[in-house]
Amino acid sequence: MKAIVWQGTNSVGVETVPDPTLLLPTDAIVRVTSTAICGSDLHLLDGVIPSMEKGDILGHEFMGEVVEVGRDVRKLKVGDRVVVPFNIACGACDPCRRGLFSACDNSNPNHRMAEALYGGVSGGGLFGYSHMYGGYAGGQAQYVRVPFADVGPYRIESDLRDEQVLFLTDIFPTGYQAAENCGILPGRDVVAVFGAGPVGQFAARSAQMLGAANVIVIDRVPERLAMAAAAGCQVINYEQEDVLIALREATGGRGPDHVIDAVGMEAHGHGPGALVDTAKQRLKLSFDRITALRWALLSCAKGGTVSLPGVYGGLIDKVPMGAAFAKGLTFKMGQTHTHRHIGPLLSRIEAGEIDPSFVITHRASLDQAPDLYRTFRDKHDGCVKVVLNPWA
Amino acid sequence: MSEDRPIPNPNDPAALPEADLTETGTAHLPTLERSVMGSVGVALMGAGLRSARPFQKLVLGGVGAGLTAMAATGRNPIAAALKIRQTGHGEVLVRDAVTVGKPADVLYGVWRNLTGLPRLMTHLQSVEVLDDTQSRWTVQAPTGTVSWDAQITADEPGHRLAWASLPGAAIENHGEVVFRTAPGDRGTEVVVRLAYRPPGGTLGAVTARLFGEEPAQQLRDDLMRFKREQELGFAPTTEGQSSGRATHGGQA
Repeated sequence: MKAIVWQGTNSVGVETVPDPTLLLPTDAIVRVTSTAICGSDLHLLDGVIPSMEKGDILGHEFMGEVVEVGRDVRKLKVGDRVVVPFNIACGACDPCRRGLFSACDNSNPNHRMAEALYGGVSGGGLFGYSHMYGGYAGGQAQYVRVPFADVGPYRIESDLRDEQVLFLTDIFPTGYQAAENCGILPGRDVVAVFGAGPVGQFAARSAQMLGAANVIVIDRVPERLAMAAAAGCQVINYEQEDVLIALREATGGRGPDHVIDAVGMEAHGHGPGALVDTAKQRLKLSFDRITALRWALLSCAKGGTVSLPGVYGGLIDKVPMGAAFAKGLTFKMGQTHTHRHIGPLLSRIEAGEIDPSFVITHRASLDQAPDLYRTFRDKHDGCVKVVLNPWA
Repeated sequence: MSEDRPIPNPNDPAALPEADLTETGTAHLPTLERSVMGSVGVALMGAGLRSARPFQKLVLGGVGAGLTAMAATGRNPIAAALKIRQTGHGEVLVRDAVTVGKPADVLYGVWRNLTGLPRLMTHLQSVEVLDDTQSRWTVQAPTGTVSWDAQITADEPGHRLAWASLPGAAIENHGEVVFRTAPGDRGTEVVVRLAYRPPGGTLGAVTARLFGEEPAQQLRDDLMRFKREQELGFAPTTEGQSSGRATHGGQA
């Protein structure tokens, strides 16, 4: 089959690789009908996520049709049309039973690596996202092996198009969870979203759905800001304005009640702090560049929530912890517990509250994916979200 | 160095003392190791001082000074850095814990069936039950297989199991596994503490660690395997999945 393969830092390619097979009786094989490139895949392209190996198949946002199931699979049947959460959960451990699916105790076979880095505990596995997260082959391919097939895949029974439900696998629940984590008081709270990429777009619209009085989106790419403005958000271009002053003015000096950092570890930013971050990342002294996080802590109102859907990798310094303490901020963060959001969000799509396909700017075949990885990374051509058809 | 601990009478289980598994800090160097290190350290420092090359002077002098300091203080900073911990009797102590979503008596039962343990602990080749309390353990070591006899020193069904190797064991060891009901409905906390005398003292332990024989990591892996076996009935895997490596003649 054809698959997108990580060939090293700044190099992804289309390769012909063996078709996946069932490795355990609880596995299923899905024929991928639509898959997407995620902003967090760019961290892999840039080589800032450790433990990638040449030849790894990428991709964690995908959906398709079940073509084979293992003998212990009970709920899923051949022919089912499914969306598959980007994180892999066993469904049996204590975190899974509490709905904390991304914190699954059991689904990461390479728990050693994550334990060594992250204080003796490992989160669950992820599709196509480094060996630290399990080393599972991803879904930017014609077929994919789906472990724990009775736990992850969610059957789509309505006639919604792929493009309307595909993002239930990651960016929609990720943006939604970021907004939900804020504990928005409807009609009262103002929410700022740093980063108008796909997750930022969904976070902003989710904050609106949850009743935010105003949503302010901060980015530097005009097409992305326009997309947020089209949804009724107030926008700030941080290259044209002083973000902290603009946010104070927009909120009568209070600051946003909650701030969502939908940027994560590769913030562009500017100023001396951003230069130091970039230098340290290049020298492998640090995984993360944290301009967005700094702005989030400095801008957030007293008693507010800083919600982090953006991915962070390692140790960070020059965090304005004094500001966070002085204002009594709450931090909420972590990988999305995708499984628990799919059903409720699918209902919202079916009810016509939101059509997630608004975020798509580019559609392509697998063969065009390597070029589109670069287009997406460089934010050229108004690129916000790329959807791939593995059979085109 | 077994004079640190009374030698138990193998014919009388009651004579086996409750093993001490209290942690006292990082490894102390035995006297023999200290004197060897001290001599080598002083010799290296001398060679360093005599050397005409500045780089050699620095390296030899530095290593020599380090060894001498280790000998003088009786502490092995390399062992400390590698987190090699120790009991009051100078044994290496390994401890870890995992919470498993099953009742304590079930988990105790799995553990008490000693002949089944090699399925959980991959470095164990076999456990042969000799009688009610005695068993023969065989592990795969880099130098071949190593066997010893062990005795159960405490057996509290559903709560605790303790063991000690019998005199003459190639690797003297003792330990316990405790099953504690976790708060809430989370199942059972399984706590393992085991102590052993590595062949070659702390230097042996450091060498083994550097060559990838890590009892602490083995214990961690065993506990996670135990948890997954109990909660899922299998271990998740990516072995044998497709990748771009297979197309280049590498492993799939």
